[in-house]
Amino acid sequence: MEETLVDIDFKEKEEYIINMGPQHPSTHGVLRFETCLQGEKVKYIIPHCGYIHRGIEKMSESLTYPQLLHLTDRMDYLSAHINNEAVALCVENAMEVEVSDRVKYIRTILAELSRIASHQLWWSAFGMDLGALTTFFYGLRDREKILDIFEETTGSRLIQSFITPGGLMADIHPNFQRRVKEFITYFRKKLPEYDQLLTGNVIFRERTLGIGYMSKEDAIDYAVTGPSGRGSGFHCDVRKLAPYSAYPFVQFNEITYTEGDTYHRYLVRMKEMWESLNILEQLVDNIPQGEIMLNLKAIKAPKGEYYQRVETARGELGVYIVSDGAPTPARIKYRSPNFSNLFILNKVSANHKIADLVAISGSLDLVIPDIDR
Amino acid sequence: MYDFSPFIDSINSFFTSNFSPFWASVLLMLLLGIAILAFYAVLGLYLVYAERKICARMQNRIGPNRVGPLGLFQTIADLIKLLLKELIYIRNADGFLFNIAPFIVIVASIMAIGSIPFAKGLQAIDLNIGVLYILAISSMGVIGVLIAGWASNSKYSVIGAMRSGAQVISYELSVGLSLLCMIVFAGSMQLSDIITSQQDGWWLLKGHIPAFIAFVIYLIAGTAETNRGPFDLAEAESELTAGFHTEYSGIKFAFFFLAEYMNMFIIAAVATTIFLGGWLPFHIYNFTAFNNVMDYIPPVFWFFGKTAFIIYVMMWFKWTFPRLRIDQLLALEWKYLLPLNLLNLVLISFLTLMKWHF
Repeated sequence: MEETLVDIDFKEKEEYIINMGPQHPSTHGVLRFETCLQGEKVKYIIPHCGYIHRGIEKMSESLTYPQLLHLTDRMDYLSAHINNEAVALCVENAMEVEVSDRVKYIRTILAELSRIASHQLWWSAFGMDLGALTTFFYGLRDREKILDIFEETTGSRLIQSFITPGGLMADIHPNFQRRVKEFITYFRKKLPEYDQLLTGNVIFRERTLGIGYMSKEDAIDYAVTGPSGRGSGFHCDVRKLAPYSAYPFVQFNEITYTEGDTYHRYLVRMKEMWESLNILEQLVDNIPQGEIMLNLKAIKAPKGEYYQRVETARGELGVYIVSDGAPTPARIKYRSPNFSNLFILNKVSANHKIADLVAISGSLDLVIPDIDR
Repeated sequence: MYDFSPFIDSINSFFTSNFSPFWASVLLMLLLGIAILAFYAVLGLYLVYAERKICARMQNRIGPNRVGPLGLFQTIADLIKLLLKELIYIRNADGFLFNIAPFIVIVASIMAIGSIPFAKGLQAIDLNIGVLYILAISSMGVIGVLIAGWASNSKYSVIGAMRSGAQVISYELSVGLSLLCMIVFAGSMQLSDIITSQQDGWWLLKGHIPAFIAFVIYLIAGTAETNRGPFDLAEAESELTAGFHTEYSGIKFAFFFLAEYMNMFIIAAVATTIFLGGWLPFHIYNFTAFNNVMDYIPPVFWFFGKTAFIIYVMMWFKWTFPRLRIDQLLALEWKYLLPLNLLNLVLISFLTLMKWHF
């Protein structure tokens, strides 16, 4: 790549630099944007991460494989199930075992539920970023329903540590299927409300249409995955490219737009919620019988290098495990979607207004603990 | 019926007969000041309460419900908390300007309250240029906002203050022009005259479509003037943390907060007075029985009812719309509202000249 991340002329004296973050309402966590302004216009931004670096990758080297879950939960806490699933799949691949179809189905249902919950929270917060404060309560009202389902089956609401290498921690609650079906009918009625409140609003469209254009080439160059990349026409849905768990058994569409602006990144997520509901509907009635946990003597990867990727709510999560045959991994590396998605921000938001910077960073749907790990 | 003038006159004559002219005017001013301040504080607090309840209703929440019945004393408790809080001193701030800014903001809105007619005769001062006075005084508040942003010595505050300056100066034009339209109809700038000119019907109803256009423009521009709703760019929470009042704490913050709500009340009160007939009851032509029933409702209720309705609409804006961007905000004013307003003014002048309004 020819262009450097930021082209800074430090001798320029007229720069008006403000620090957005580490404590700022629109960064949704401890992320700092060193923002250079010219009036209201953003000249460039330098993202500074590391404020919530916990050394998860290093810590993982001293933990056994089943213990890894509790750290992966805390990376992208909004798709905790999917993070767990990534590690579980990677370890299972390494051990060359396959879980029962029942486990696959339940894993996928949980993953899709977390995707919806994550998109709901994103929608709530995105509205807040744009100044529409009511969206927050609409989103959280419906997210509660999913968290209730999680709580009943897994025992906790945010970080569940439920999907483990070899299967699941426990079987689903007897109410699980009924409640998921109730949720599908409930949320199908509530989703049009989201559109009424925000999508069709003139001010909202003015604020987002044509703002923060990201070309397909940029998306690929910066490895922007997930809904943010698909808004630019980058076909990067791992569920389609390399189906895992129960995704080969279901029919669904990969939502892509070619416009690549904030509005279409928004639309991708709105449509994805509909698709996730379709996936749930196909799976929830057909959960087959089977073993919940494989009967494994010891869960450890044989010597070698293993990679597994999954689609979280924010993009492609890769787990790279180097094992020397010990009960703990020799080295573990997470390719986190947010870290890659963050650094397009300077390119996309340059020459926009401050308000647009907030809208664009909201449309990338960043979860800060996943950037720093 | 319900004429407050004898009551006001009796107070007046009590003071003038018992004291020397100098002391009478001093005491009257004191009495008036206390009355307006008390009214201001109570109304401001209950507007905050109303906003919290209304926004809670729109957001599937209950809102304040712990302090007192229905949470009615919540905002009073909040005020006590704010009074007791430490006033944070910013080391590199301009001390004098930093301290004086909240007072400028709040004094501007208190002074504007003085000339609003709440009922017949219930008006602190009935100037013959009442509309001009209100416009002039209420735009003074932005000086306080600019000073606050500048003196805080904070980058976010400066951006917020500059936005606020650009915004208020622009929208002042629309507010002024849409009021001017109605002044052309009424033929007077005195608020009591404007109200009496609406005896036979509110200007919104008898002014044809141009009056309606002026009303809508006034509502939009008025909301922008108060830095609220979709136009809260000066404090844009998600962009500038809190904009111009980021560095303020305690009672100084409360002054800004209260002034915002009272400015909203003033905007709504002026809209009521000029477009909706002020304290006049709602009449339907030739429905004598209905009109008589309407007459029994005291004018104060009419005034506050109409004002509350407009305040509700303004809150509705705030809690459902996303925020505009600064360039869109200015484009809306200079490219759409202002030309429309000028056209409207010409149209209304023509209507009045031909005596085509009812």
